[in-house]
Amino acid sequence: MTETPDRASAVIIGAGIVGNSLAYHLARLGWTQLVLLDSGPMPNPGGSTGHASNFIFPIEYSKMMMELTRDSTEQYKELGVFTQSGGIEVARTEARMQELRRRCTQAKSWGIPAELLTPEGVRKLVPYLDDAVILGGAYFPTVGVVDSLRAGTLMRERAQQLDALTVVAGAEVVGIDKAADGRVAGVRTSKGDIATDVVAICCGVWSPRVARMAGARIPLTPIVHQMISVGPIALFDGTEGEIGYPIVRDVDENMYERQHGGDMEVGSYAHRPIIVAPDDIPSIDEAVLSPTEMPFTSDDFDPQLERALELMPDLLGDERAGVRYAINGLISMTPDGHPVLGETPEVPGLWSVAASWIKEGPGIGRAVAEWMSGVTPEVDIHEADVSRFYSHQRTTAHVTARAREAFNKMYGIVHPSEQWQSGRPVRVSPVYQEERDLGAVFHETAGWERPMWYKHNRDLLDRYAGKLMDRGSEWESRWWSPIINAEHLAMRDRAALFDLSAFAILDITGPGALDAVQRLAVAQMQVPVGKVVYTSFLDDAGGFRADLTIMRLGPRHFRVVTGGATGMADLKWISDHLPDDACAVVTDLTSAWTTFGLWGPKAREILRHLTDDDISNAGFPFGTCREIEAEGLTVLASRISYVGELGWELYVPIEQGRRLWEALFSAGLAYGMVPAGIGVYGTTGRLEKGYRAYGADLDASYNLVEAGMARPKVKEQDFVGKAGYLRQRAAPPAAILCTLTVDDHACASGELRYMLGGEPVLSAAGEPLTDAKGRRSYVTSAGSGPSVGKHLLLAYLPPQQAIAGTPLLVEYLGEQYPVTVAVAGSTPLFDPANERIRS
Amino acid sequence: MDILVLVKRVPMVGGKMVLTADGQDVDTRLSGFTVSPHEECAVEEAVQVTERLGGTVTVLTLGPPEAADQLRDMLALGAHRGVLLETDGREWGPIATAAAIAAAIGELGPAAFPLILAGNEAADTGGYQVGIRLAHALGRPCVTGIKRLEVAGDLLRAWRDYGGGQEEFELALPAVVGVKEGINLPRYPSLPGRLRAKRAQIEVRKPAWQADGLRKIALRVPAGSAQRARVLGHGAGAVPELIRVLGDIGVLAPAGRAEADGTVA
Repeated sequence: MTETPDRASAVIIGAGIVGNSLAYHLARLGWTQLVLLDSGPMPNPGGSTGHASNFIFPIEYSKMMMELTRDSTEQYKELGVFTQSGGIEVARTEARMQELRRRCTQAKSWGIPAELLTPEGVRKLVPYLDDAVILGGAYFPTVGVVDSLRAGTLMRERAQQLDALTVVAGAEVVGIDKAADGRVAGVRTSKGDIATDVVAICCGVWSPRVARMAGARIPLTPIVHQMISVGPIALFDGTEGEIGYPIVRDVDENMYERQHGGDMEVGSYAHRPIIVAPDDIPSIDEAVLSPTEMPFTSDDFDPQLERALELMPDLLGDERAGVRYAINGLISMTPDGHPVLGETPEVPGLWSVAASWIKEGPGIGRAVAEWMSGVTPEVDIHEADVSRFYSHQRTTAHVTARAREAFNKMYGIVHPSEQWQSGRPVRVSPVYQEERDLGAVFHETAGWERPMWYKHNRDLLDRYAGKLMDRGSEWESRWWSPIINAEHLAMRDRAALFDLSAFAILDITGPGALDAVQRLAVAQMQVPVGKVVYTSFLDDAGGFRADLTIMRLGPRHFRVVTGGATGMADLKWISDHLPDDACAVVTDLTSAWTTFGLWGPKAREILRHLTDDDISNAGFPFGTCREIEAEGLTVLASRISYVGELGWELYVPIEQGRRLWEALFSAGLAYGMVPAGIGVYGTTGRLEKGYRAYGADLDASYNLVEAGMARPKVKEQDFVGKAGYLRQRAAPPAAILCTLTVDDHACASGELRYMLGGEPVLSAAGEPLTDAKGRRSYVTSAGSGPSVGKHLLLAYLPPQQAIAGTPLLVEYLGEQYPVTVAVAGSTPLFDPANERIRS
Repeated sequence: MDILVLVKRVPMVGGKMVLTADGQDVDTRLSGFTVSPHEECAVEEAVQVTERLGGTVTVLTLGPPEAADQLRDMLALGAHRGVLLETDGREWGPIATAAAIAAAIGELGPAAFPLILAGNEAADTGGYQVGIRLAHALGRPCVTGIKRLEVAGDLLRAWRDYGGGQEEFELALPAVVGVKEGINLPRYPSLPGRLRAKRAQIEVRKPAWQADGLRKIALRVPAGSAQRARVLGHGAGAVPELIRVLGDIGVLAPAGRAEADGTVA
């Protein structure tokens, strides 16, 4: 019997794949005196790892998830618990065939082997599948299965061999103590208390319950995934080992069929979403099988039987094969489908390592162990940061609504711009009603309803006929409208008014404010009051952490303006890097200010109707900000632009936003100003100017030099990531972010097709491009450039290809299209001298 | 031969039983339902008999509308017909239950079902009564605790373990038999079986509730009833203890014989 230590460097709660992996990687990174707890017995304490179907498909649209899966697979291989079986996704519909082509194309971007198969081709690999019910398949030969329980045991044992870990089974956590300063101080368990200042919650479906003991929230919900195991299957008699045939994902039916020894496991995501509250999960004693293997509800599964029999009639229709095991297995779902990782924003020292599938477990364990050790994780996991959530996104109602909505899309054809339907609207700007009256089509970011385009601008379509690059195919016109391009052209011709209320606004104030922002920003922040600075934040290794603007509003007052999507994570990053002596504080003022953008050649004339202040080019130059009086309001005006035009961001207290909007709107009428949506702001205007977007073009795997954003000089003052940045500058870049134009959009059938992002960039000979760091070139952003008359793509290219005029190919949905490098680096394609911005 | 099997919808419970707040029921919000292992074996036995001799298997239950789920589970195992004596959720005692079943059988035809199988006792109430009371009501012979049976013409031979030995019975059909787990190894439902069950029509009758002698006051979980897994040890060191436990539960061949057979590796 292991005695519970009374002190630990870190307590890891939960001995599933994640907790074991975390323990191992922490030990490997030099941690000692670790404790791994579980309320259940080893090696299967009764969580979701114990009933996982344990197969790994390498293909993901999310780069982060793909990389975590790739790393996990390597780790499983190294542990000797991986068996390669291959896997096939089959299509029953034409729409799905297109989706499989998209998946194969994405696979090429990530360097994952993939191949499109005919029905006969599928049958050759899976002889028991009826090829008459499918139109084809996508074959991923590197799919495999793992023994996740064994992997967990091995990792736990390795940590013990390093003399770094004590494992305590059967210890229920009953409380988490905090010190007076709010930091974690200890864990109380049914087998004794442990003093520690680091606690990692690796509790899968129970994570919210354990986090709550410390006053933190982990937004995930347990949800049922049904699985049955049918056997004995006569055909599998001769199979050596666990699996001899490729795993089949019958994606149109939301099901999978996977050999497991003599049985066929059939899993389903087709049934109604069945949510179980974490407090309702039975205890180990109460559970019939295990806490996360809940009683099977056959009514929910029955409708799927016919579909499964249709696909594998002889094999599954064998009367001698019975359903030997059937469960409602609990898995974790989060509001956005990503894991929940990192130190909780509420409780210093309390880490969330939750909502991981088997396929990401070891990778997540490694990444979080690195993060906990002060090492920048090799895989950029900012999209999984626990601090990304706004308060409403952590409510049970929001989490369960989104889980319900996402559940049946697990194998769905999900468009890159797909919008949520549930839990909306939550955050609306002061002119939400006015925007609705203008026919705004809203897309959601971070809970904000943002107009993507305005239907009332449809009369612009005639005016700009022939220049709109309208999209014929349903897929590319989904969540899109040619009105976006018309609004763009109207902005370039006259002016456009944007609602940018979704900006996150974070003020840094105090006597230490300058030093604090200086430490965070790459750019020089010792600037005169009234200066606006566009800058990046880097992580410790010099990778991108944020990309934003900072206004200096006073000697001790800086205002950080960043995207809504990253606002909360940026807030935590800033907080974590402020000095301990409270000489600088950060305050989230997002809900205090609303922001409008007025841009276009007529912007100054329009604004002049509202103000007598000097807004001339000399009196209010580009890159500055100051308060002006406009329409009886004090407005903070900032002369910058993300769309490449003369104009201002205009900030007013949120309750005064409507007055400013109405004044701008009526002044703009005479000049032909239009309201314009985020389609212009975030895509068309941005891409014509070659502006990079964090999360798409900028992530931790590329650097400032490669992105073409390195400035001529590096400031003298120290800042986070400086050493890495200096190293990046010292060597020639391995890739350069380029703007490419598509030369011909016609596919084999003659229809014009438009890339949406993520596609592989190929040499003129059709070979994937790989840079010196082993990274493949792919499209990081894509969209129309209406003023340049081309569809624009951003992609990192190796230096040999990163030369203007170089002809290349881009593969889209299985076909190749000619493209040309238009600009290597960050020079804008439209108005390269930036005359408009500075006019 | 047409065989009738009686089953009962009962809560599925784990090692530790949880009661509802009012102490009137087992908390089934998240636990699900099943029939007792005795009854599952009875259905399997009936199916095997009809596979050999022809005929049909009818499963009958008295319970709430949801008890149709358990009938379908049995249909998936090879039973042919499901009859639900639907209740309004009130508790039925064994007297009333047996009477309602007897009445239903009467309506189905007095000569129907020469063989009626019941589980030896219900998994929840453990009353050991309904089969016997039904036999009495129908005027049939009855034998319980049966772990082996053979049908030959109008005769039924049945065996049960008793005091270390075996009792053998001969009954004239029609008869009622209480079956015990262990009589056979029930099959798992096949997928086609589940599909047939899903499509099958359940015959529903609605007997009138009657008060009978037994009234539930409340349920109580006896102390110390929770069962826990026990770790016997780790690695090779755990082998002696493992052998002892396997010996205790009687699944280990005596050492001498195994050695003689050469089956000890």
